[in-house]
Amino acid sequence: MSKLSFFLGCIAPNRYPGIEAATIKTLEKLGIELVDLKGASCCPAPGVFRSFDKITWLSLASRNVTLSEEMGLDILTVCNGCFGSLVDANNIMKEDPKLKEEVNKILKEIGHEFKGTIEVRHIIEYLSQEVGVEKIKAAVTIPMDLNIALHYGCHLVKPSKERHLGSTENPRFFDELVEATGATSVDYEDKMACCGAGGGARTAVLDTSLQMVMNKLEHMKAAGVDCIIDACPFCHLQFDVGQTEIKKKFNKVYDIPVVHYSQLLGLAMGLPLSELGINQNLIVNEEFNKKIERIRGGANE
Amino acid sequence: MSDIIKTSDFDMEFRDEVFKEPDADKITLCFNCTGCTSGCPMAELEPEYNIRKFLRMANLGMKDALLNSPYLWYCTTCYKCQERCPQGVKNVDTLLKIRTIAIQNGIMHDNHRKVSQLVIKLGHAVPINDEAKEKRKDVGLDDTPPTVHKFEDALGEVQKLLKITGFDKLVVDKEETS
Ligand code: SF4
Ligand code: SF4
Repeated sequence: MSKLSFFLGCIAPNRYPGIEAATIKTLEKLGIELVDLKGASCCPAPGVFRSFDKITWLSLASRNVTLSEEMGLDILTVCNGCFGSLVDANNIMKEDPKLKEEVNKILKEIGHEFKGTIEVRHIIEYLSQEVGVEKIKAAVTIPMDLNIALHYGCHLVKPSKERHLGSTENPRFFDELVEATGATSVDYEDKMACCGAGGGARTAVLDTSLQMVMNKLEHMKAAGVDCIIDACPFCHLQFDVGQTEIKKKFNKVYDIPVVHYSQLLGLAMGLPLSELGINQNLIVNEEFNKKIERIRGGANE
Repeated sequence: MSDIIKTSDFDMEFRDEVFKEPDADKITLCFNCTGCTSGCPMAELEPEYNIRKFLRMANLGMKDALLNSPYLWYCTTCYKCQERCPQGVKNVDTLLKIRTIAIQNGIMHDNHRKVSQLVIKLGHAVPINDEAKEKRKDVGLDDTPPTVHKFEDALGEVQKLLKITGFDKLVVDKEETS
């Protein structure tokens, strides 16, 4: 059994705990044990912290990394923002001895030291590279015959010099994981476009940020999908909460359910719907629920 | 901003400060192909938002115009521009450095300040609440996640770290600073 520490971040545990629960249960079925990363904090949010003060961002991110170093485990994240912060910080600390020294002086005062002994992984690239599509296919008990709009999100694949995951304009690896669950990843216009939430934009200029996600929702709707699949709780929030905000502010209704990949995997592995938290979203679409029930039969209970 | 650029608007110390960010000086290699801006999803929504122009302004040392532009905060850091730049310009990383200088000059969105203060107080930018505790229980999880929310010592470490780096002072309420 492989073992990783589970870095929760903020939005998954504190807004969409279904993503956390689904991740633990589905990875267990794939022979991966997730250990609590006790005492971890905000990654910290790159949009604000990295903009505000690089040393603060680097130190706090490095503290999170050292918690996992102390357990001798690589970190798993389920969020593109956390992934971006932690991978970038981990790389900078490994490659820049001067910054490492400066940050380690700070960490020493709180009883930690960055050593550079572990890697930071994102659930999607980890499943794709370490587990593989075939093993996931074999673990699927109920092929989820859904048409989905896949949203990679930006920081999973970019900046590509740091991520090494191939094409950023036309990647395939996440689509392959989706297809392993029996779903069809439908092509839609400007599929790799940003959800509009990152960089502190959602916090600073909400209306403009919502217009960006509206562009995406329009394209997804035009493709006639059953739901959105994402791999980041912040994109997830932008799609889910965003749809209710858009309804209020711009009087537009999309009603597209938002599902994290771990939750899709949970559906396809026959986990009880109630443990996956999909209906804890603000957008609850009855038609979608009926379709899932039809596909899964008794497994829904 | 007027279309005429005066040399008296140039502040070379500002430019030097921006160039302290590794590879930020690559903006001098920009040959104005507009690749960055033409792919930018924010430029599509807000024609005034122009990453190429921002970086050109930084290269000229146009500190005041740049730091006071509301559009400085529109970038979602999607990195499309940086991926596409044929000259290896660090579009996003450089923009973040310009934001840092704005913050040091006291220019900050109130909502960003609030998020920062939440991290200082609770260790999370999006902290737990009663509704989330119920949701956690409903999916079979402990009502409090095993993060700084559960471990007080760990929260203490985070708070101490943010004091050492001076972050607590950086994002303190405006009234308190005066
Ligand atoms: S990172 Fe910012 S400037 Fe670059 S393309 Fe994205 S939104 Fe535009
Ligand atoms: S893509 Fe690069 S070279 Fe082209 S205008 Fe933008 S910064 Fe300049």
